[in-house]
Amino acid sequence: MVGPKVQLFVTCLVDALAPVVGRATVETLERAGCEVAFPLEQGCCGQPAFNVGLVESARVMAGQTLDVLDRTEGPVVVPSGSCAAMMTHHYETLLAGTDRERQAERVGGRVRELTQFLVDDIDTGLTASCEGCSIAFHHSCHGLRDLGLEDQADRLLEGTRRVELEGDRECCGFGGLFSIEMPAVSTAIMDAKLDRVIASGADTLVAGDISCLMHMAGGLRRRGSDIEVRHIAQLLGEQ
Amino acid sequence: MSQPVTFLSRAEQLIGSDEAAAVEHGMRMFNNKRIAAVADFPLMEELRDRARAIRLHALSNLDRLLAHFADRVTAAGGIVHWASDAAEANQIVTDILGRTGSTRVVKSKSMVSEEIEINRHLEANGLEVVETDLGEFIVQLAGDTPSHIIAPVLHLTRQDVGRLFAAKLGVAFTDNPFELNRIARDHLREIFLAADAGISGVNMAVAESGSVILVTNEGNGRLTTTAPRIHIALMGMERIVSRWEDAAVVLETLARSATGQKLSVYTNVITGPRKPDDPDGPEEVHVVIIDNGRSEILAGETAEILACIRCGACLNVCPVFRTAGGHAYGTVYSGPVGSVVTPGLHGMEPWWELPYASTLCGACEEVCPVRIRIPHMLLKLREQAAREGRLPGWLDRGMARYADTVSNPKRWARAKTWASRLSGPISSKGWIRRLPGPGRGWTSSRDFPRPARESFGEWWRSRDGS
Repeated sequence: MVGPKVQLFVTCLVDALAPVVGRATVETLERAGCEVAFPLEQGCCGQPAFNVGLVESARVMAGQTLDVLDRTEGPVVVPSGSCAAMMTHHYETLLAGTDRERQAERVGGRVRELTQFLVDDIDTGLTASCEGCSIAFHHSCHGLRDLGLEDQADRLLEGTRRVELEGDRECCGFGGLFSIEMPAVSTAIMDAKLDRVIASGADTLVAGDISCLMHMAGGLRRRGSDIEVRHIAQLLGEQ
Repeated sequence: MSQPVTFLSRAEQLIGSDEAAAVEHGMRMFNNKRIAAVADFPLMEELRDRARAIRLHALSNLDRLLAHFADRVTAAGGIVHWASDAAEANQIVTDILGRTGSTRVVKSKSMVSEEIEINRHLEANGLEVVETDLGEFIVQLAGDTPSHIIAPVLHLTRQDVGRLFAAKLGVAFTDNPFELNRIARDHLREIFLAADAGISGVNMAVAESGSVILVTNEGNGRLTTTAPRIHIALMGMERIVSRWEDAAVVLETLARSATGQKLSVYTNVITGPRKPDDPDGPEEVHVVIIDNGRSEILAGETAEILACIRCGACLNVCPVFRTAGGHAYGTVYSGPVGSVVTPGLHGMEPWWELPYASTLCGACEEVCPVRIRIPHMLLKLREQAAREGRLPGWLDRGMARYADTVSNPKRWARAKTWASRLSGPISSKGWIRRLPGPGRGWTSSRDFPRPARESFGEWWRSRDGS
């Protein structure tokens, strides 16, 4: 099991709010035989600004991200379908007609979402474990529909105990700043999702995006639920 | 069309209501039928590609196709009218009705007629207008507005309809759908036979033959366009394809995407008025081709939205629509497609907020029979709203500051340290129960994770240094 040298783009949310997911991602990649480098000057991919239409701010963040990653080589692994989609798909729109067009193409072509990288690119046979858990897995939207992820997470979770989650490919209601700008709508969508998570009988909710997870974890906490919320890297790394 | 109330406040009223529950029930049913129909039809993916190409081709050749269509309609004995806006369209219709001495008007379902608010206009001119699509009939009887492109009363239950009929039509209460249908049918039959003119929409026009196509499931479209002396078809100017071959492809995708049917129960083709040897049909057929803002959309970054064939599939999968229902949008075109169309037709003020009424989950694009890149266009409209300075100051300035901070490694490191320190007093066990400022929206229903004492970046440095 010898994987390539990879660059970790950890995402700003993981960096500041959930470093445990970043550490688990490093452990996961190392278990898969990869040498992990972390370009220290990285920040945010710019998606929060891009998604509300503030393209100038988004270009500042995208520019920094591209400059940092362009100085490196090899696959850029991102533990988030949403941020990976920003870099692989939306930089093209954001930077069209600017002098970063080629750079965006060059770097974007190296970006891989974590489960996509583990299953499609290096296929190390790595599998998750979660002793005594019953897991509900939520497929996050941008991974599914922008990146075209299919069963990568399912394959990594083979061997764990899964429960069926109704509507596991429907949005959780997070939506970035939508969650703050339209809290009542975001919450109502989340509540429908959490009702289904609870009805599934799972004791652990897993996904590949910390953004959706902190939204649902925050909602579960407010309900007083003791369902554990974990990023898939935490089931792959901490073993 | 001005709506002083925001999407959010309308949505807040609707969330958790009986109306929202009815909407969720209805759209899940439609969506399940669509899923089954598509699964049953392996050609669908290929047809979607073709339908997209056909519609985009029509949009980029619109001038030519419309001119050709108008020639063919005229050759078939029909009369074409061009309306640049709603007022002109309404005036054209009023003039036709006046000239032909028509006072009793029946209508089949038409979104463009809702868009130009023709009923209000005709009633103000002393004319009697009766909606004959069951859903629209109910909406009219209730003094309500449609809440879904293809299912106007998605927001009502059959009990609601039973109560309405009992109150307005003097019949005994029933919530049996067949009975309700029979009541409406009996009521409408006499009205059809007495009507002077019928107004319909146009699902699709075919340039090569000058035909208009109407798809319905109730047959009311056929009665509306054949029983009265005068037929007036209202047509959004983008609803056209070149050839019959193209029309067939679009029809194949339309019903499957809308209701999960292979084909609607009725597909009417109307080419001019009755011919001398026709047993029935109208004496006059008018086609009113309506712009009303479409030219501007066509010239802008959201032109592709005009490829829409109005199936409603994007509404049925949208988590926001599902939660709040169509009335939250405050406009006739609701859901994802409506959030692109409405600001295009009626201007950014006050409609700029609709593109923000989306989580950008992409479910709409995934099901669209013509693969319209709806999220992409929502983003383009958001960009326009931001450029026009419509966003709240905290967001605009805050994001610029965040961009500067996070893109400067030293500042970003300091910011993370401060965020963790400052959040200490307001957090407990790693979670914050109440955020100040705009963050209140988050903590109204969710705890927020406390910024970590040791960020990932710091951890990496210490690990790397060790």
